[in-house]
This record gives sequence, C-alpha cells and structure tokens, in this order.
Amino acid sequence: MQDMMTWGQIIAAIALRLVPVWLSLAALFAVSFALKRRLGLYGRIFDSPVGMIGFGMVMFWVFVACYAGMIITHDPLVQVSGMKNALPGSPVKGVEGAFYLLGGDHLARDVFSRVIMGAREVLKIAPAATVVAFMVGITLGLPAGYIGGKLDTSISFGSNLVLAFPVILLFYLLVTPEIRVTWIPTVLAAILFIFPVVFLTILFNSRFFTNPKQRNLYVGAVLVIGLWAYSGLAFNADPLGIWSMDPNVLNVFVSVVFVNSPGVFRIVRGMVMDIKTRDYVAAGQTRGEGPWYIMLWEILPNARGPLIVDFCLRIGYTTILLGTLGFFGLGVTPESPDWGSTINYGRRLLAIAPHPAVVPALALMSLVLGLNLLADGLREESMKD
Amino acid sequence: MLFFVLRRLGVMLLTALALTFIVFYMTNLPPNLEKLAKSEASVRMADDAVASWLEENGHGGPVLLRYAQWIGVAPGWVRLEDDGTTRGRCIASGMAPEDAPTYCGVLQGQWGYSTVFKQPVSEVLGRSVGATGWLMLWVMVVMVPTSLLLGVLSGMREGSRTDRVLSTFAIASTATPEYVSGVILIAMLASATAGISPLLADWGWISGKTLFQGTATSAMDDITFWNFALPVATIALYGIGYIARMTRASMTEVMTQQYIRTARLKGVSFKQVVMRHALRNALIAPFTVIMLQFPWLLNGVVISETLFNYKGFGWTLVQAAGNNDIDTLLGCSVVAVFVVLVTQLISDIGYVFLNPRIRLA
Amino acid sequence: MTDTNWDPSKPILEIENLSISFFTRLREIPAVMDFSCTVMAGEAMGLVGESGCGKSTVALAVMRDLGKNGRIVGGSIKFKGRDLTHMTEEELRHIRGSEIAMIYQEPMASLNPAMKIGAQLAEVPMIHQGMARDEAWKLARQIVADVRLPDPDRILGSYPHQLSGGQQQRIVIAMALMSKPALLILDEPTTALDVTVEAGVIDLVKDLGHKYGTSMLFISHNLGLVLDVCNRLCVMYSGEAVETGNVKDVFDKMRHPYTQALFRSIPLPGADKNSRPLVAIPGNFPLPHERPQGCNFGPRCDYFAEGRCNKAEIPMADVADSNRHESRCLRIGEIDWDAPLKAAKVFEKTPVGKVVLKLDDLKKYYSVSTGAFGGGSRKVVKANETLSFEAHEGETLAIVGESGCGKSTFAKVLMGLETATSGEIMLFDENIQSTPIQQRNTDTISQVQMVFQNPFDTLNPSMNVGRQIIRALEIFDYGKSDQERSDRMLELLDLVKLPRAFAERMPRQLSGGQKQRVGIARAFAGGAKVVVADEPVSALDVSVQAAVTDLLMDIQRKNRTTLLFISHDLSIVRYLSDRVMVMYLGHVVEMGTTDQVFQPPYHPYTEALLSAVPIADTRVIKQRIVLEGDIPSAMNPPPGCPFQTRCRWKGKVAGNLCETVMPPVRMLEGQHQIKCHLPDDVLANMEPVIKMAAE
Repeated sequence: MQDMMTWGQIIAAIALRLVPVWLSLAALFAVSFALKRRLGLYGRIFDSPVGMIGFGMVMFWVFVACYAGMIITHDPLVQVSGMKNALPGSPVKGVEGAFYLLGGDHLARDVFSRVIMGAREVLKIAPAATVVAFMVGITLGLPAGYIGGKLDTSISFGSNLVLAFPVILLFYLLVTPEIRVTWIPTVLAAILFIFPVVFLTILFNSRFFTNPKQRNLYVGAVLVIGLWAYSGLAFNADPLGIWSMDPNVLNVFVSVVFVNSPGVFRIVRGMVMDIKTRDYVAAGQTRGEGPWYIMLWEILPNARGPLIVDFCLRIGYTTILLGTLGFFGLGVTPESPDWGSTINYGRRLLAIAPHPAVVPALALMSLVLGLNLLADGLREESMKD
Repeated sequence: MLFFVLRRLGVMLLTALALTFIVFYMTNLPPNLEKLAKSEASVRMADDAVASWLEENGHGGPVLLRYAQWIGVAPGWVRLEDDGTTRGRCIASGMAPEDAPTYCGVLQGQWGYSTVFKQPVSEVLGRSVGATGWLMLWVMVVMVPTSLLLGVLSGMREGSRTDRVLSTFAIASTATPEYVSGVILIAMLASATAGISPLLADWGWISGKTLFQGTATSAMDDITFWNFALPVATIALYGIGYIARMTRASMTEVMTQQYIRTARLKGVSFKQVVMRHALRNALIAPFTVIMLQFPWLLNGVVISETLFNYKGFGWTLVQAAGNNDIDTLLGCSVVAVFVVLVTQLISDIGYVFLNPRIRLA
Repeated sequence: MTDTNWDPSKPILEIENLSISFFTRLREIPAVMDFSCTVMAGEAMGLVGESGCGKSTVALAVMRDLGKNGRIVGGSIKFKGRDLTHMTEEELRHIRGSEIAMIYQEPMASLNPAMKIGAQLAEVPMIHQGMARDEAWKLARQIVADVRLPDPDRILGSYPHQLSGGQQQRIVIAMALMSKPALLILDEPTTALDVTVEAGVIDLVKDLGHKYGTSMLFISHNLGLVLDVCNRLCVMYSGEAVETGNVKDVFDKMRHPYTQALFRSIPLPGADKNSRPLVAIPGNFPLPHERPQGCNFGPRCDYFAEGRCNKAEIPMADVADSNRHESRCLRIGEIDWDAPLKAAKVFEKTPVGKVVLKLDDLKKYYSVSTGAFGGGSRKVVKANETLSFEAHEGETLAIVGESGCGKSTFAKVLMGLETATSGEIMLFDENIQSTPIQQRNTDTISQVQMVFQNPFDTLNPSMNVGRQIIRALEIFDYGKSDQERSDRMLELLDLVKLPRAFAERMPRQLSGGQKQRVGIARAFAGGAKVVVADEPVSALDVSVQAAVTDLLMDIQRKNRTTLLFISHDLSIVRYLSDRVMVMYLGHVVEMGTTDQVFQPPYHPYTEALLSAVPIADTRVIKQRIVLEGDIPSAMNPPPGCPFQTRCRWKGKVAGNLCETVMPPVRMLEGQHQIKCHLPDDVLANMEPVIKMAAE
C-alpha cells in the first residue's frame, strides 16, 4: 500500500506532467518577446504586464488542450474501483506508482485527467462558436449600421428579441433531446452557417470585382470549400464525409452562436454608425464604390480594435455559457469531461468531497480570467496610439 | 415624452408577444407534446393513442389558435365527449359548462395547471416569484452600492494603486461565473471537510458543523444571514465585477473630459470635482447597464437557486423545464420576459432623466 | 483676493527659462525648452505658433495642469512674484479660477453637460470668496449680462447644450471673469467658432480686458487675431520662443527668419496666385524627438549658415535699437530684413475655357423630424435654394459661407451622394441632378471628384497610401494591368510632390499636409475635370497651407481643372479664386468676380464677413462691423430675407420689405449679382471695409 501524496508532491507531479506546456509557453514567449516590435497589435500585448499575464493563461490552456493526450495520467472515462471521491494524491489501488493527483470523482474517475481533457472540449467549441457568431454579427451589423432605415429597425428588433430572452430559458428550450428530432437545430444551423460563406464571398467579390480573373479564383475557392463544409456541418450531407458534426454538439454549438450573435451585432452596428461619418468613407462613396466594399474594406478594418477586444471577452463568455449548459445537464454528452458537467456532478457532494467540483471550477475561472486580462491589455494598448 | 413612452410600450408589447409565441411554439413542439401525453396518460401509449389524446385535450389544431387560446383572445376549446359531458379548456371539473367563461387565458388570469407541482401555475408562480423577490432585493442591496463605489473609486484616478487593485478584483469577479463562485464559496465556507469550517469547528467558534449553511431551503421560511449570505453573494459577485468595470470605464472617460479640467482649473477641490462634476455624468452609463443586466441576473438567480436549493423562480423554472411542465414553463417565461422588458423601459426613461441633453430638445 | 505684497509695476507673470517635458514609456519628449516671457499688468501677450510648437503646453504649465506625463524640468513661473512651480496643490487651488482663469478652445466640451449654467458660474465665487449662494447667482447674472448675452435669467437656468456655440463661449468667458482674475489665459478661444461669431467674441474679450484691467495670455495660430487683441507677441517654433516684442515691431520689423517666412506664407491683401504667389516654408516641422542640432528652424531657413547655425544652442538676443524686442537668431545683424522677396515664379493668368458645369435653379430640401424621441412634427430644411451658376474650364470658383449655409449639401448633390429636389446640374452636356452615384457611369464619376477637409480623416487608416490610390485607379477602370496602375500611382505621387517611397507608408506615418496631398492625388487619379475642394487647407498649419494651395493651383494650370473651392476663409479665397459666390442659409446672396465681391457695393453679409476676417497686416484699416446674434438655424429660417435678423442696413429699406419679401436676384455691373433689397444709391455709396493706410 502506497502512502498519500503531500500537497507539495502533488504540485510537483502536476508541474512535471505539464512539462510540454511549459516548454511551449517558454518558446512562444521568447520568440514573441524578441520580435514584439514587428508584430503589430499582437506584439504590443508584450508591453502590458496585464496583457502578458492574460495571454500566458490563455495559451497555457491552449497548449494543455493540444498536449492533453500526453499529459493525462488515466483515461478520463475509466472508473477504478475504490477510488470513488478519493482525496487528492491518493494512490491508485493495485497499480504501483499511479496516483489520482487531484482525487477521484463520484464515479471514481481521475479528476486531473478529466480537467485536462475538459480543456480540449471547451477549446474545441468556444472559439469556433465565437468566430461564427462574429461572422453573423458582422454580416448583419454592417448593413444595419451603414444603410439604416427599415433594414436596421427590423434587424435590431430581432436582435433585441434574442437579447431580451433570459439565456437559461433559451437553453432549456433549445438544447433538449426532444428538440433534436425536430427541424429547429437544422434550420438554425442552415441559417447561421451560411453567414461565414456569404461573408467571405462578399468580402472578396467587393474587393476584386474590378479584376474578374482574381475575383473568380477567390470567390470560387470560398464557394467550393464553404459550401462543401456547409453541407456537411449543417445538414450532415457531406458527400465525402469529412465535414460532420455530432447532433448533440451541433445543437449546443448552434444555440451558443444564436445567443452570442446579437451582442456582436450591436457592437458592430454602433461602430459602423460612428465610422461611416468619416471622410474616407465619403471619399469611397464619391468614387462610386459599392456599399459592401465600403462596409467591408473601408469601415470594418478600422473597427478591428474594439472587435478584437470583444472577441477575447466573448470567448470567455462562451466558455461560461458552455459551462452553464453543462451545469444544467444540457451539455455535450453526459460522459464528456467538459468542465461545466463536471462541476454539475461534483456539486451534489460538495459538502463531503469538494475537489471534483472545485478543480474544474478553478480551471474554468482561470481560462476566463486569462481571456479577460488579455482583452484588458489589448484594449489599453490599442488606445495608446 | 408621452409619445415616446407610448411608442416604447408598443414595441414592448410586440416584443412580449413575439417572445411568448416563440416560447409557446417551442414548448408545444410535437416531441414535447408526445412526452406530455405519455407522462399524463400512460407511458406505453401507441403513436395513434398519443395523437388522439392530444386531440382530446386541446393540443391539436393550428399552433396560432392554441396560442391565442392560451393568451385568452380566442375562445377556449370545448369538446363534447361520447359520454355526453362537455369538457373544455375553460371548464374546471365540477363546473357546469354553461357557467364557464368563453375565454380563459393569461389575460383572464388563467395560467393553467402545473403538472409537476400539482397546483395552479398562478399559485406556483406567486410563491416562487415572491421568494425570488427577496433574493433579488438583497442582491441589489449588496451589489449596486458596492459596485458603484468600487467603480467610482477606481475610475477616479486612473492608473493609481487603488485602481489597479480594484480593477483586478473586478476582472476576477467577472471571470467567475455563478456556478464557479457558488461552488468555491460552499467549499470554503459551508463544507464540513474543506475550507475554514472544520477549523472553526475545531476551535469551537461555531456550534454547528459549518459556518454558513450550504443550502438556502430554510430561507424560504426565515431569512437569516447564515442561510442567505452565500446565495446572495454568489449572484452579486459576478454582477459587482461587471457593473464596477462599467462604472470605472465611464468614470475614467468623464475624468478626462474638458469640463473636468475646467472645474479643476476653476479651483474646485478634487473631492468636489468628483462629487459635483463627475459623478452624475459618470453614472448615466452604469445605470442603463444595471437595468439591462436583468436578463443575466435571472441567469444568476437560476444557477444560485439550483445550487442552494432555494425554491424560488429559478428553481421552479428548472423543475418545469426538466419535467416538461408546459404551463409552468410558459408562465415562467411570461414573468421573465415581463421583468426584462419592464427593466428595459425603466432604463430608457431613467436615461432620459439622468441626461439633460436628451430631456429637452 | 488680492495679494498685498505685490507691486503693480512689476510683471504679473514672469516665466523664466521654462522647460517642460513629457515622459512616455520609451523616452522623454521635450515639449518646451528655455522659454521666457513677461506679462505686465493690463498687457495682452500673444503666443503664436503652429500646432505642436508648445504654446498650449506653456499655458497649461502656468496653470500647473500638465497631466500625469508632463513635468516642468527647469525654470520658473512667477505669478505676482510667487513661484508657481513650487506651490502645493492646495495653494494652487486658491490661485486657479480666482487669480488666473482660463478660456478654452472647445466651449461645448468645457462646460459640464449635466449642470445648469448658473450653478457652474456661481460655483467660482462660492469657492473662492465663500459667497452665499444667492449672492453668487446674482453676480453670475450680472456677469452674464456683461458678456452681452440676451435674457440672462433664462441662460442661467439652462443647460449648456441648449445654447449655441457662440453663447457657450461667452459663458466660458463669463466663468473666467467671475472672480475678476488678474491674469486670463485664452487658448485658441475662437477656433471652433464661425468667423462672424468669432469677431463678436474677440470684440468682447478686448472690451472686458480694458474694463477689468485684466492681463491676458492669448494663444492663437492666427496672426490676424493676435494683431487685433494683443500689445505684445511671442512667436514660438518647435518648443522655443523665437521672437518676442511689441506686436507692431514684430509685424513690421521682424527679426527672425521663421517669423518672416510665416508672414510670407499667409495670404495677405495684395497677394495673388499669379503675380505674387505665396512662399511656402520648405520642409516639415521637426518632431519633438528629432529636433536638429543648433537652430531648430535651421534646416528650413533661407539664411542658414553651415557650421554656425547648427553648431550650438542659440540664445535669445536683444534686437538693436528696440524696446523689449528679442530674437533667437545668430544672424540678426547680417540679414537684410527689408530686401524684397526674391521674385518667385510668376504665372500667366490661365485663360478661362468653355462652360463645364452649369447649375440652374437647383434646390435641395430635406425633411427632418423634430422632437426628442423621433416624434413631433416633420420639418423641411431648405439646404439649398435656387442655386444657379456656371463654372468654366480652368476656373476657380470659391463658395464662401459659414456653417449651415448649405455649401456641403451642394457638394453632396453635385457628387451624387444626394439627389436634387428640383433644378438642373449639367456636367458638360449631361444632366446629373437626379442620378445618384450608383447609377453614374465611371466617366462621370471620375470627372467630378472631391478633396476633403480633415486631413486626419481623409485617408483610410488601415490601408497603405499606394493601395488607396491604386484602388481609385481600379475603380476608374484605369490601365489594363496591375503594373500599369502601379506606375500611374507613382506618377500621381510625383504630381503631388511626394517621394515615391510613400506608397508603402501607412497614413499614420504622414503629416497632415502630406495626407492632404495623398487626398489630392486620389482625387486626380481618374483625370478629374471638376474638383470640389471642401475647405482643403483650413485644418492645416499656415506654413503647410501655402504649399497645398500652391499644389492645387499647379495641378489646375496643368490639367485645366475647374476648381470649386469651398471655404469660410476670405483671405485665401481672395488669393486664389477667380470668381466668388457667397452663401447664407442656403441662398446665394452675392456672386461675382473676386474684385467685384471684395469691393463695394457689397451684400450686407459679405460686408460683415469681410470685416470679421482678421488680417495680419498693420497697414490695414478695417471698418468694424460686428453682427448681433448667431446664425439662425436652417430648420427655422427667418421670413423674408434670410439675413434680415442680423443686417445693419435694414433701416435703409423702406417699410418691412426685408421681413416679409425674399429679395430678388439683382444684376449689378458686369455679371455681379446680389440678393438684397437695398436701393441702388445706398449700394453705390457703400464704403470699402478694408483700406490700406497711406504708406
């Protein structure tokens, strides 16, 4: 029988498991620091201590997600008998030299490995969902702000509608096993996933229409790849079977995008209304540029600062949302090690064994905190021009 | 002004209709109804039995018509049974069909019957909204003054040490969703095995096993500091960070305005500059933010009530949603939508009154 | 609040060898170096220089309000004999507002939007004299009347946004005067105002200065205003005072090459684009951390002597035989200051060609809704009324008017961003009044182009210069390949006299003047025939203005472009335009050749406008005509003649014709048209507003 590990040993063991992460972080920081003057806004993060700490925390989890397979000590789904609610540092029965570094959960699974794998779950969905939400928000926000009038009134009404919905209620309505058999997730996916394709098509077309050869190349590529992915992701009808999404994940993904887009829309719309009064926009108009060129190439690049900041904040918010879903048992799959669901299972035994819930809670908090700090640093640096 | 309020009310009404219709539609999707039928009648029903059960209980027909009935602008369904009795939406058991009203929807105060709580929805809602009201009240009492104070203090002198410390706290608290802070608070303060409670119990400073209580069920009857502090703190913590950051941003912006320089160069002391010149301008933005944050405060309420087992509105919502209790869920969403829209209206009107630039034009 | 120990014959303000630096993360940036000046009791000292020369920094240093990064690194500022640089916050607080008061550039921004005017004014004596609230309000009321605002009681009870810009600035002045300060600092107090409103404010400042015996530190980039207001003057360049002395001495007997160059680059009466063109100062203003060794002005100076001027710091030196006149130049004694300007290039007057653009009875009305929340009644704004004129090939037509006169709306209609309500615009032989820009063909679009006002706004900040010009070429279908367009872009950079390497630069790396040049290059990318220049130089520094104006004239001569030059600055209009059109509230009130418009008979508005423009020439004698009140809102124009509310000639018209009937367009001699009811004999007997004193 082995002894329990002390807290010092636990921390040392964890740090050791994370060696690949430390190495990658060190390399990334060294390179970025050396080149920070040539890297634009990204380089400027390294001028701000707050931004740097935030970036470090975010990248920590990104690398953890990358190397999760190497880091974990046990299969996150396997239950080992006798390890139910085991305390941190408990030795695994019957296996020499193996420990549950952060204890076991109510199903006797390794909390440490589950948290590490959970990072992968979270980082698989949150950034992608945020990107799609941004595409939707931008594609709708640009014309609403630029053209205004009835178009603006109706899109704004729609977005306020979604914003007025208490998020929890919306999730309870949207993310249920019952709804997966109806047309709603598919139709939502069909609507939301078309935006990236539309966005990129217009983006290239408005820029290169003066040069049809180039235009056809870019737009063609976007349409081929975009529609191919679209058919697979939204309808699960990819003829080659490369693009596909599990219906559960699709449901969660679509709901998160749906909840996030109106927020992006509001920000974009406000920024466009401000920027469209600039002279360079008038200059574009007076040389007869089309409205989409002006929106996408004259206005959008100049709104990038606040949008990047919001992007970071929003990934954090999305992570929280995913956690909320998991917390209510609406998450991706019941078995999945994602942090929200783990907290949800852990909380029931909180009074007796807090660690299964506290560990993922701290993990989630540190990721979101990192994103917030990063956003803060970026905001400060981008204003210092 | 009157025109503005009227127009705003019009948009509100439209929003409320649209939202409740969406909720109605989503809760009345065929799979949900099927589940309802199976739970109400028999689990092992065949598909055609389900269909006829639904038809008989008024769940057939076009969605719009059912929605109108639920609202109370279309006559409730009436059905003559084979055995000669008349059943209908508006006919309570034991009531003569001819005495029953034609309309019985939300507008008439008929919110339906809760299948989970075996009570009329209006009673369920009344009880739970009342309980949540207390929770919200205390959250507001804690959250608003704290966050405004924090925001003003840190925004007053941007970049000072006070600002750094308070901002870090604010960021940390916005990065901590309710289910995380709740879990940590319980682990720290209300767990018999972890945090400070075992220590305190060892030293004999507390009589029970834990310092705070891990559930707030007892607060339904009697609110005490020990059973209510944690749920309130859980909700307030997230909000404090957010509102404090908004206030700080608004305050720092105001402090760089030229009129603040004017005041300073008029010889006004720093304290007076903040109190007389900056504060009112700086509070315009946070006020609207506080009001517009009600949708996510509801979020916090749901999480906190679930976590602490406090049987308020959020807990009811979760129970209703989890058990496919359509009428209760609809009732909950009406309340939620109503709260959100009313706060939006208050925020709009308040903004106009706080900001003299729009008041008269 | 008077200091008993202070002897009134000593200077009120004495700044000695003041140096101020700003500290950024990367380096220390010296903003002001070795600056000295003295202001005596009752004196008005002018501080003149281009943007970035440190004049506002000096003012803020006197107030000790340099912000977190600014610090006084040397020298002293003595106010009534007490050194301000060593005072504590608390001591400063007693001086600020009570003994030294400041008036700012942006009146709207310097008043608290959420406080009533009365409360903001009354606060001053309540803090400093401990006055009771009622008494303070009474005093406020009196001062508001003093700054000639109508209906003081209503004003005291209103919020800043309810007043017009001119009224707000008067309130700021009133606030500064509330406790009768000994020194008043005015930081560009009229830059944000229209010319006719500016004239009124300046008049007021002068009068109040006399009335209260206040000393003034008047900061401005406008030499004409300084001549108007000040007794003494200090010219600053790149953080240093380069010349200081009595206004008349500096204006007539300047002893520093920069001052001289400055005067040669501003359009004074007598300058002419063909016979006496302006001389721009070559080169650029040095950045604070890239200042040259020795004389800061050296690299741009005509009299530069290698090995002397760039050797060591140059001290301020007295000018021989003068009264408190100093200059920071080694070669004061060597330069022949009275030598006439070496004849610069003289140009032939460009012949005027056929009609290119013809407007006939153009009208543009907008319908806007009033009321706070989008409700209320809908009103028609008549932005342009019966606009008729012709513009010829190679001609410069100036459109003059203050804000709200409809000049920008006209530009929008011409460009096709809006369509006309009625009337015609003929471009060559095409009707374009109701073709929005989306429906115009590429030819039409490239023929009419525009140069914008704000150089910081005219270029897309996230696209490099070359790319922006190439985009215009792509849109105008120029060239067959990317190579061809890229070559043409480089040619265009040559045309606007920018180095070809600028193609790769981002707009933020360019100075204001350089950005404006890129804007011009972009406008001419498609070989524009008609160019609308909307105040193209008004946001630039004077020394750069001359160069950009020159460039426009050059290109015009080369391409025979028709230039529609929109401006409120009559000096520059007189310098470069062939014909002038004066607009007021959407109406053309006067139109004719430049000589016709600048000589009597005038339209009463033109007359006031001419009188309001400050001229930096001591020989000019101006008739002072100060217009009462503000420009009426275009939403709510007065009945009858639009100008009747402010017209000083109204009494000369019989009956209430002016109040009731819109005056018809009258043709005077030689195509000179005027919209006025004044009888012929009154018009004929009008005196010229600007006269040269007999030399």
